[in-house]
Amino acid sequence: MMKSPSLASKLQHKQGSKTRVKNNIESKRSKYGVIFALPWIIGLCAFYFYPLLSSMYYSFTNYNISGFSQFVGLQNYTQLFKDPMFWTGISNTFFYALMQLPLSVMLGVSIALLLNMKIKGQGIFRTLFFIPSLVPAVAVAILFQWLLEAQFGLVNYLLDLVGIAGPGWLGDPTWAKPSIVMMSLWIIGNTFLIYLAGLQDISQEYYDAAEVDGANPLRKIWHITLPLLTPVIFFNVVMGLINALQEFTLPYTLTSGTGSPADSLMFYSMYLYNNAFLYMRMGYASAMAWVLFILIMLITLIILKTSKRWVFYQGDN
Amino acid sequence: MKHKKSKRVLTYIFISAAGILFALPFFWMVSTALKPNVQLFSYPPVLIPNPIEWEHFFNAITMIPFFTYFKNSLIYSSLSTLGVVVSCPIVAYSLARLKWKGRDTLFVITLAVMMIPFPVTMVPLFLLFSQLGLVGGLLPLILPLWFGMPFFIFLMRQFFKQLPNSLEDAARMDGCSEFGIFFRIMLPICKPAILTIALFQFMFSWNDFLGPLIYLSDPSKYTLQIGLQQFQQTESTAWGPLMAASVLIAVPIIALYFFVQKAFVKGISLGGVKG
Repeated sequence: MMKSPSLASKLQHKQGSKTRVKNNIESKRSKYGVIFALPWIIGLCAFYFYPLLSSMYYSFTNYNISGFSQFVGLQNYTQLFKDPMFWTGISNTFFYALMQLPLSVMLGVSIALLLNMKIKGQGIFRTLFFIPSLVPAVAVAILFQWLLEAQFGLVNYLLDLVGIAGPGWLGDPTWAKPSIVMMSLWIIGNTFLIYLAGLQDISQEYYDAAEVDGANPLRKIWHITLPLLTPVIFFNVVMGLINALQEFTLPYTLTSGTGSPADSLMFYSMYLYNNAFLYMRMGYASAMAWVLFILIMLITLIILKTSKRWVFYQGDN
Repeated sequence: MKHKKSKRVLTYIFISAAGILFALPFFWMVSTALKPNVQLFSYPPVLIPNPIEWEHFFNAITMIPFFTYFKNSLIYSSLSTLGVVVSCPIVAYSLARLKWKGRDTLFVITLAVMMIPFPVTMVPLFLLFSQLGLVGGLLPLILPLWFGMPFFIFLMRQFFKQLPNSLEDAARMDGCSEFGIFFRIMLPICKPAILTIALFQFMFSWNDFLGPLIYLSDPSKYTLQIGLQQFQQTESTAWGPLMAASVLIAVPIIALYFFVQKAFVKGISLGGVKG
């Protein structure tokens, strides 16, 4: 190793050796870059690339837990499209996502708007709305099962007070999915925190300008807040969609994997899980996983494409 | 002026109504857990239990091997948290501040793998770990996290990106090694960011259901989530003990949140003073 004083003097005299020394340092640093990233490179290969590729391979085989495996081509996929439960899973999951997403955006934005105003006890309210999202999903499912109990549940009692005969909720095929939507809205904490952060990023200048023009509060929200919040809404919609299409824990805890009543809670991921670990049809489950993956990628791509039309960034024209 | 005042009142009405709605399930959970059995199914419902009985909590921890599950959950959560804390910062540092060929490609791949749904990798991972003879324990869930977690690597990279370059330039002038720069300079600065990913991971693992469901079959290895789900399956109308168990499972994570939140704020202010 060279000592630094001699290094410095050499640098002063020869331009050529300066670049060489610099290259030396650069290459040394680049070596460390690879060394530091090595755990992740190994992890990527072992726990992401390998499973991804083998999952694709399994989806073309009739692989099961006994280890017996045969290449069957597209058979899993063609069988899948003829499987009524596959379609039940698809329709249940999309029904849930299409109901849950708009509601979570509306609720999340409304709460964030309310909390963003200068009110007393802001911290307490913020904690209040956030705490439910810390409750484990299994506990949420059990709690709502009790709340929504047809006969003794608190919700039907409260509805009764205002003269509404409450439905059977989780026992009723029509109301089972809305019940799960309710649970997912209760644990919306993370989402509304992101909205709140987005609201606090909006520059006060816009509001001042609107004030001068005499805009009322509702017009301010509609013409300033919401358009400038669209990047955050966009982010939450994409993430929410990816999560909603994979919803598993709530329906599984509520039905122990059966999807009852009348398959109304047979979500896609749950049917996939059942195929893989209950019926031990690993190949079939892998095909289901790839269909899900492709669907998620397609939908994300579509949202991304349309986003240019409805997402506005501050400072854009 | 009058208009402003009515607007404020309206705001308070809305936010209080929403607040009550959000607090109600939680309140009901605690209230049911503390209620004597005779008040569980009374009509109209008893809102505030009278007298308060701790019996359901006693039942919850004796009807299921609560402390075994608790211990397993604690092992899973702390070892996976330790894993991401050890693996993610150094990888993120390399992606953010060291120049090397392939670095940007690796970053793009890291972003891309965040999109992969767990169901896609779950079957091959299960088969892989079953070939290694690790199925039945928590190791298949913990081990991958010791090699990095894409979301946390992304978060930490963003954190490292915003630090001034002068930091490591000064250290390099003083002849500090690359390892030294990372461990002695970078790591102490990013304490708040590390605390954030640690809190996230602890919460993920504590609340994780699908992972343990796939790998665990022996009840002595169950985590709290699996244990609670099994408890619910066998005693589906024992609302008292079920609510008490739910409270017991939620409380540690809520307590941790409050505890870390304080430390988190402190960490940021300390970092600011020193940096």
